Amino acid sequence: MVWKNNEYSGWGRVLKASAELARPERARSLKAAVAQHPCPAIGNCRSYGDAPLNDGGRAIDMTRMNRIIDFDADTGVVTVEAGITIGDLAHVFAPRGWLPAVMPGTGFATVGGCIAQDVHGKNHHNEGSFGQHVLSVTLFNGDKRTVATPTRNANLFRATMGGIGQTGVIAEAKLQLKPCPGDVMMVTERRAEDWDDHLALLDGSQATYTVGWIDTTAKGAALGRGVIEEAELAAGLLPKAKPSKKIPLDAPNFALAGPVVRAFNNAYYRRVPSSGRSSVKRIDDFFFPLDKIHDWNRLYGKRGFYQFQNVVPLDQAGALKAMLELIAGAGLSSPLAVLKRMGPGRAGHMSFPMEGYTLAVDFPARDAAVDLIAMLEDMTMDAGGRLYLAKDALATGPAIKAMYPEHGDWVKQVNKADPDHALETDMVRRLNLREAE
Amino acid sequence: MTKTKQNQCWIILGATSSMARAFAQAVADQGASVILAGRDMDDLKRSATDLSARGVTAEAVKFDARDIATFQPIIDRAGREEGVINAAVFVGSMPAQEDIDANPALIEGVVKDSHTGPAAFLTMLAPIIEDRGAGTIVGVCSVAGDRGRIGNYVYGSAKAGFATYLSGLRNRLTRAGGHVVTVKPGFVDTAMTWGIEGMFLVASPQKVAADILKAVEKQRNVIYTPFFWRYIMLIIRHIPEFVFKKMSI
Repeated sequence: MVWKNNEYSGWGRVLKASAELARPERARSLKAAVAQHPCPAIGNCRSYGDAPLNDGGRAIDMTRMNRIIDFDADTGVVTVEAGITIGDLAHVFAPRGWLPAVMPGTGFATVGGCIAQDVHGKNHHNEGSFGQHVLSVTLFNGDKRTVATPTRNANLFRATMGGIGQTGVIAEAKLQLKPCPGDVMMVTERRAEDWDDHLALLDGSQATYTVGWIDTTAKGAALGRGVIEEAELAAGLLPKAKPSKKIPLDAPNFALAGPVVRAFNNAYYRRVPSSGRSSVKRIDDFFFPLDKIHDWNRLYGKRGFYQFQNVVPLDQAGALKAMLELIAGAGLSSPLAVLKRMGPGRAGHMSFPMEGYTLAVDFPARDAAVDLIAMLEDMTMDAGGRLYLAKDALATGPAIKAMYPEHGDWVKQVNKADPDHALETDMVRRLNLREAE
Repeated sequence: MTKTKQNQCWIILGATSSMARAFAQAVADQGASVILAGRDMDDLKRSATDLSARGVTAEAVKFDARDIATFQPIIDRAGREEGVINAAVFVGSMPAQEDIDANPALIEGVVKDSHTGPAAFLTMLAPIIEDRGAGTIVGVCSVAGDRGRIGNYVYGSAKAGFATYLSGLRNRLTRAGGHVVTVKPGFVDTAMTWGIEGMFLVASPQKVAADILKAVEKQRNVIYTPFFWRYIMLIIRHIPEFVFKKMSI
């Protein structure tokens, strides 16, 4: 196996690593690489912080392990190599009546990455997390191959869902797809005038897919305003695909300066008529709106950005509102901000979801943003909420361990599966996650 | 002569490579059936299953460029397909030049993989194409075949031989309604080039596959992919030998 020295980063581009990467294309070469040098696996590196990084070490790039190994058209059960992307699965199966039950916000996420972060989608309140639709997972550890399912090696399975790759290289997975009536989306957008209106619309939504865009620059009476999107899968004629665009350069720092963001957000809010509107969209335009703009993370310039995402319990909505006030007052955020009501569904010890409200906000990387995120982290902890490891680049170990009550159980499983600590990443070391408190 | 994409069959030689996989996917997306031929049957079967799950008729067969006995069964298999039989050749091997210098016996294998093996196969296939009055052959050569360079001139010379073979085959098949496309890729992001120093302007296998497909549709004779390699190689071919012999590019 050839190992290539590569510099790479997470999607936020703040944290970087230099590592020896192998990129197997066949099952046999994957096996050989893991046996030769046990090390963590990476996919398309769509986690924002250091979850995929292993500075000074090695990693196995899984993006060429992307084949469908088996598909049963009657049951919708599909077995795949873990490097296949969610977008590829949706593209192949939606026209034939099946869709991944949970789709994250980017189609570039690999199945292995979706498992390692136990990702959620706009239907979390109905379908739960990604790992809840995984029927089995095949792990490689050194020259050992282990299959885990919700009933066989159940503890290992739970430690793997949301387990940030620490139980072994996720080589293959069997997924239960969800029937879908067609490959278009009927989307309804409504304005939410303020915070209370926003929460009321999220709480009252009966739709299969629901998400709120939130204007994090709006203050005072308009605090918390945004646009609620509700959507259902439907059969119909496919609208024409918009051509994809590329961001060829790192944008200058003023591209996302306060006045620009405020003007953009205002226009984005008013784009939806006050009476709301419904439209038909392509599946990928609804689920992966930013994928059409390749390398959109370059809009944040060379310095990169942080994404803050937390979830707080339902009865702590007030605490989340206080955080939003702080964010709006700081004037640091970008247009990309999402508010969503989550259900209780989660598949692993270290899975992010809890029943409550989740807020995701991007901040260009500046010192002031780091301070703000530290405050938000404290407030999240006080509210009994938690931070999302797929996004995190700044949290502290004790805080994370306090937010994840099953962390101790996870450590036991993980240290059993990987006793030599060969799978540790920069994130695991930064947060000292392999050690129980 | 009319060709509908539904009754096209593509034999893909060397189908385990990422470039071949991308090309198989591209022709399959257009409704062609594919026969994946190569040495690693486990891997080929997996690719065939992948394509089948994507709604394509795909099958894996054994092909070893160094073993002529594996050729006829593929020709026979393809001959049973109705419609137009096409073939794309992605085989070739490129040991490091210093390994070859240490063990010159390796040269024979390189030439078999990159030139004489596929040439023998295509010579066996040619009568079917002539008989049916249609069919396209894609031969993947290399910019390395345009001029012998210190870094990989054994591989380059084998590919140059194959390119000349393809030129002659084109001359022969054109009069019977067939066509041959010679493809000269520059640096492509494959397992073969992974980790090699000094790569630049590296193209993805998908980009190369799309370029090849376009060339097939337009019945181009010789293409470089990505296109700018035509101009890079134009310059390199025109460097006088008395200068070139002192260069190390």
